[in-house]
Amino acid sequence: DGVLMFQQVPLVEIDGMKMVQTRAILSYIAGKYNLYGNDLKERALIDMYVEGITDLMQMILVFPFSPPEAKEKNLDSIKERAANRYFPVFEKVLKEHDRDFLVGNKFSWADVQLIEAILAVEEKIPTVLSGFPQLQAFKIRMSNMPTIKKFLQPGSPRKPPPDECYIETVLKILKI
Amino acid sequence: MPGKPKLYYFNGRGKMESVRWLLAAAGVEFEEEFLETREQYEKLLQDGSLLFQQVPMVEIDGMKMVQTRAILSYIAAKYNLYGKDLKERALIDMYVGGTDDLMGFILMFPFLSAEDKEKQRAFIVQKATSRYFPVYEKVLKDHGHNFLVGNNFSWADVHLLEAILMVEEKKSDVLSGFPQLQAFKARISSIPTIKKFLEPGSQRKPVPDDKYVETVRRVLRMYYDVKAN
Repeated sequence: DGVLMFQQVPLVEIDGMKMVQTRAILSYIAGKYNLYGNDLKERALIDMYVEGITDLMQMILVFPFSPPEAKEKNLDSIKERAANRYFPVFEKVLKEHDRDFLVGNKFSWADVQLIEAILAVEEKIPTVLSGFPQLQAFKIRMSNMPTIKKFLQPGSPRKPPPDECYIETVLKILKI
Repeated sequence: MPGKPKLYYFNGRGKMESVRWLLAAAGVEFEEEFLETREQYEKLLQDGSLLFQQVPMVEIDGMKMVQTRAILSYIAAKYNLYGKDLKERALIDMYVGGTDDLMGFILMFPFLSAEDKEKQRAFIVQKATSRYFPVYEKVLKDHGHNFLVGNNFSWADVHLLEAILMVEEKKSDVLSGFPQLQAFKARISSIPTIKKFLEPGSQRKPVPDDKYVETVRRVLRMYYDVKAN
């Protein structure tokens, strides 16, 4: 049907567009719903934070598709990166400006991306936030925001951790 | 008076090349500090200059920006190369996402073994001609304008030209069958700022060679094997 611009999903039909490219979709939503900061510099900070978190999430994204013999090594890599490269950055940001949110003292895309990442890493490494008190407080604060709280409840469109059935489906449909 | 942007990276293309292209297209002069030794890199780390311990890093407007996409978005918006509204920005983001994926296949090319290089070259050409180029060919054909988005020069045009030239370096006749892209290439190349960037003596970097690979591996202590797609 010519609906997938680069023959790939995700695809989101929104505002008369058939949007592809996850980053483009997220940027559009953030821009539209005022989750992208007040000015160019705040947008730059949000972009930097989101890109860093995306690099971490990428490791989790590919994890289910890695061969069994590589899984332990990959899990160690995720733990190492989270604990040594990514979480310390956000711990420091929150500690230094002592506000509720990462950028401009206002809820933004960066906060949503970070809470998603924290929860995703915790599913693999439950103790990963020990040593990060700011992030522990952040996690609780974000989880209590009404829209996020609702999304975290059973029955929301939030998806569970990928299982065998999911992996099988992806491989079958994309013929990988 | 604010200083010029300063780019911290290896003396080679890698992930920084798109930033060089965009600054040049916008007519912005910039300085560069080239990483040649492990010590330089460790100093940047110790100074806390690299937010996620990685380069590219660009000092611009009082910020030490990292993450290529963030840097490019900032430059595009600052110099009015990001469309005039949210929907044009969305289109630009989609198109840039595609050319970014395509150039991503070329990014690791210099690090591959000789045998994998041949495989990867074929892969790049196949993806370019069957997945990416047809999209931009159709966009240009359908609206008949000079530029990809909103009939205005944008980041998407710069990024596409960069991608076209990089793929042509792997297969020189890759644009045969894409008349719109051939005309696009000629048009965008003759924009004064771009024309200047394409001339010898500009800050555009050449195709990466073994020396570049060696420098990257040494500075980042990146000695593992890189696999083809």
